[in-house]
Amino acid sequence: MTSPALQARGLRKAYGALVVTDNVDLTLASGCRHALIGPNGAGKTTLVGLLSGALQPDGGRIALAGDDITDMGAHRRVKQGLVRTFQVSSLFPAFSVAENLYLAISEHAGVTSSLFRVAGRQRLLLERAEMLIERMGLQDDAYRPVSTIAYGKQRLLELAIALALEPKVLLLDEPAAGIAAAEAGLVLDAIAGLPADIAVLMIEHDMQMVRRFATEVSVLVNGRMLMTGTPETVMSSEAVRAVYLGRAGR
Amino acid sequence: MIRIAQSALLSRHRFHWPEALFWLAAVAVYFLFPQYLAIATTVLIVALFAVSYNLAIGFAGILTLGHGLFFGIGAYCAGWIALLGWTEAVSGALASGIIAALVAGALGPFLLRLTGLPLIMVTLGVSVIVYEAANKASWLTGGDDGLTGFTMSPLLGAFRWSVFGDTKYFYALGWLFVLFYAVKRIVASPFGVSLQGIRENALRMRLIGTSTLRHLVIAYSLSAGVAGVAGALSAQSNAFVGLGVLGLDMTIDGLVIVVLGGIGTLYGALIGAPVYMLVKHFAQQWNPFYWMFVVGALLIVVVRFGRGGLLGMAQAGLAWLIRR
Repeated sequence: MTSPALQARGLRKAYGALVVTDNVDLTLASGCRHALIGPNGAGKTTLVGLLSGALQPDGGRIALAGDDITDMGAHRRVKQGLVRTFQVSSLFPAFSVAENLYLAISEHAGVTSSLFRVAGRQRLLLERAEMLIERMGLQDDAYRPVSTIAYGKQRLLELAIALALEPKVLLLDEPAAGIAAAEAGLVLDAIAGLPADIAVLMIEHDMQMVRRFATEVSVLVNGRMLMTGTPETVMSSEAVRAVYLGRAGR
Repeated sequence: MIRIAQSALLSRHRFHWPEALFWLAAVAVYFLFPQYLAIATTVLIVALFAVSYNLAIGFAGILTLGHGLFFGIGAYCAGWIALLGWTEAVSGALASGIIAALVAGALGPFLLRLTGLPLIMVTLGVSVIVYEAANKASWLTGGDDGLTGFTMSPLLGAFRWSVFGDTKYFYALGWLFVLFYAVKRIVASPFGVSLQGIRENALRMRLIGTSTLRHLVIAYSLSAGVAGVAGALSAQSNAFVGLGVLGLDMTIDGLVIVVLGGIGTLYGALIGAPVYMLVKHFAQQWNPFYWMFVVGALLIVVVRFGRGGLLGMAQAGLAWLIRR
């Protein structure tokens, strides 16, 4: 039996008395499409922070393809194939789309320690950047500073940067949050077109999107994993309804 | 031709013809103003220091107020190397630069965990402490009297260090030329591009897998090495090292030049140094007490009206002329 792409066991994180991640288990099979839902404040973003290494857990272990990465720093996890995107775009606003991508591509190619090469002459890497620009449909904005392009395009760039790192596991933190409805379709298409061998965990509020994207759904409430199952099971579950509808009905 | 290679960040290795103007002007100074070679040499040395400062602060985004430290270390090293009997100038300057780079490499892992205001304050603190320590340690630095009594052997075995200052002028120009293009290559390398990414968004760089601290320490060290060579040039060309090389004035001069010329632009340091040094020189002649007034006013005008310093102003002016 092969190890799951990503596995977390008994993850715990507290800020003082406030427990934001309470004994969470999560397993992502390779190639899975897993959605993580839960009301505001359930600890979803904290969980992504723990998995990606931005935050250190107070307890529990994380394994990537069977190897323990709990004590590994965020940048080394990226090298191992665990990549995340951000809920609010976190890019290099003064640089163009192409330059943003070059940064990720050159880092992934492992050339950024090189002082003796010329970045502008690294043909293979530059071509790879152009390829990703086309694949994401960013041609029209490729040479504009990121701060001047539409928000939806910024989200696409965020995805393109993640893909440039050739992840085995991809954590998407609300990839379509804050996008105008007209642009949301582009991001959804890009997510639907992600390579099938990448294990994807998506945090999402929108049930439509979850239904369209996920084959498996986990529900996080108050830092605890309430349940995991197929979208149908989860959405018909009384407990989940109580959390969502109960809150709405109150 | 791949279009992405044209983008600003990825085309810094290109040669632009105005660059040649600077070097031609530097050679012309030798023929036109032979009586000013001493101050012209100082301008070149300060320009080299500004190039190194710009690498740290403008490209890597390391907000340091202690860069003069490495200029001073380079100067004292070069003085001592000559006093100990090794009077060949090029290798002496190189060794001094390497020592400054090693010191920065040792300090870097501690300092560069900090960013912003704490980094500014700590680098300032370190350089003030070193200044005071150098003042006390007169057995090493000569204290107030400085290091004297060394002479360099003829450059490359052929050119004597004459009182006319032509040897030291071309010596400094040669170093500036070589190290300017070395820094230009560094900035255009994948490493240099990655540095500029760290300057823009260090957290994001970590999350695309960059070991940001390691990159910053290397950049800091390289920059300190260049500053160390500049300090060595000052020691060798003046045959004297005084405490002033470690003083805060050195750092401030460098910072003002970088901002004046255009921070984060390669050529800014080259343009800023002669402008600043000349304004300072003539303002001091005009009034030895109130000369800072002139420098202050110039700085305010440039920062207020010129995004990207004098270089940015010149480019904007040129674009305006072309439009008309």
